[in-house]
Amino acid sequence: MDFALQALKDRFEINGQLLNGYFICYLVLQMLLIHVPLLIALVAGDVLSGEANMGTLRMLMTKPVSRTTIVLTKFVASVIYTILLLAWMAFLSLLVSMLIFGTDDLLIFKSDKAVLLREADVLWRFVAAFVYAAIAMTTVTSLALLLSVFADNAIGPIVGTMSIIILFTIITGMELPFFDFLKPVLFTRHMLGWKGFFNDPVNYASVIRSGGILIVHIIVFAGGAILIFRKKDILS
Amino acid sequence: MKAKRVSYLMFFSFLIVLPNLKAQEVNEVLKKVKAKLGQVKDYQADGMMKLNVSFLQVPDSKVIVYYKQPDKFRIRQQKGISLVPRGGISINLNSLLGDNRYTAVDAGKSSLNNQTVNVIKLLPLDEEGEVVLSTLYIDPISYLVKKIVTTTKENGSYTIEFLYGKYSNWALPDELVFSFNTKDYKLPKGMTFDYEEEIKKDTTKTKTTRGEVKIIFSNYIINKGVKDEVFEAK
Repeated sequence: MDFALQALKDRFEINGQLLNGYFICYLVLQMLLIHVPLLIALVAGDVLSGEANMGTLRMLMTKPVSRTTIVLTKFVASVIYTILLLAWMAFLSLLVSMLIFGTDDLLIFKSDKAVLLREADVLWRFVAAFVYAAIAMTTVTSLALLLSVFADNAIGPIVGTMSIIILFTIITGMELPFFDFLKPVLFTRHMLGWKGFFNDPVNYASVIRSGGILIVHIIVFAGGAILIFRKKDILS
Repeated sequence: MKAKRVSYLMFFSFLIVLPNLKAQEVNEVLKKVKAKLGQVKDYQADGMMKLNVSFLQVPDSKVIVYYKQPDKFRIRQQKGISLVPRGGISINLNSLLGDNRYTAVDAGKSSLNNQTVNVIKLLPLDEEGEVVLSTLYIDPISYLVKKIVTTTKENGSYTIEFLYGKYSNWALPDELVFSFNTKDYKLPKGMTFDYEEEIKKDTTKTKTTRGEVKIIFSNYIINKGVKDEVFEAK
């Protein structure tokens, strides 16, 4: 925080409670990109490959339930886990930190500017950001599920999911013109769309577009998982 | 021959005396300005502060401005986080003129908003101080300071423009515009993880290196006493 404030403190005297519940929650959301996907991949990457590893997948296939239903059920269970995880995060990072650190205006730092949002104008942005985060994290869930179809043990899909996220995040962050053509379709870029709610005014068109791109990813990943699983030879 | 000597003597005496007369005139103007400022022992005023800095997006904020002689000055926001430019103390004229540790030089007359003003330059006697030079633009009729340009050693120059109205008899402005140099603000993108919005960025706007703070004053409470605690940093 001191590093971010240094450039401002040279010129401005900053008064007020900078480290408040809202700021803590914003920092926690910032970690959404790396830490939460790991917790999601651990579960969603294991839903099919874990069963294959234990040898229970074949037994499951003997039941009079279509493969599509099995994958969809696994997907819905993973999405429920994802939403519960985010709700728990919201409770801890927003409500608990509001109780411990209190509330005040929110000062956030971007690469080229600092934005101050008044206290009364902040809470709804967090609610919207968490709803958006649920879509972003469901994308991770569906990716982990897709990779889970290919593997016979859980390590592969978990490592694979995290590797893809880390690689895409690095490409998103790099300011190399070479990758410019790729950036608009990388889902990691659109996972940051929750930050759009902390712009003033909010560019809804851009946030909705990013949300739409994530939903397309979810459909493609989950649909791909169903298609591949339906044609897969279950040998383990 | 003798008459010629006398006229030379008179000419040189004039040359020697003229700057002194000018200096006296300048000091007289400053004395009148200070007398006007001296009427106000303390004040408290409501204000609306508007920040216009390229790297800051801050909503307008309600502030309370406190002043107490000789040079106590503070801008406080009623609620929430506030960003007040450093050097804000220079907004206070008394801190500039109060200690007499300067040499005043007449810089002639100039025009400011279609009005003729006296220009006086203040050279600080303290060589170690941050301020190198202050230029005051003073209304020759009302003895109100309309504009100050202060050049500092390390932080560029400040310009403060005053707009007077209801409280001009007390030499207190209704509006003040404080402009200053800003440094570049840049944080690594890898740290901030910016969300790049899919809108075409306006490349026609060039980033200005000047920032501006405007304070619109209202409800001055003058000479009613201000507690020392309000000047302490929170």
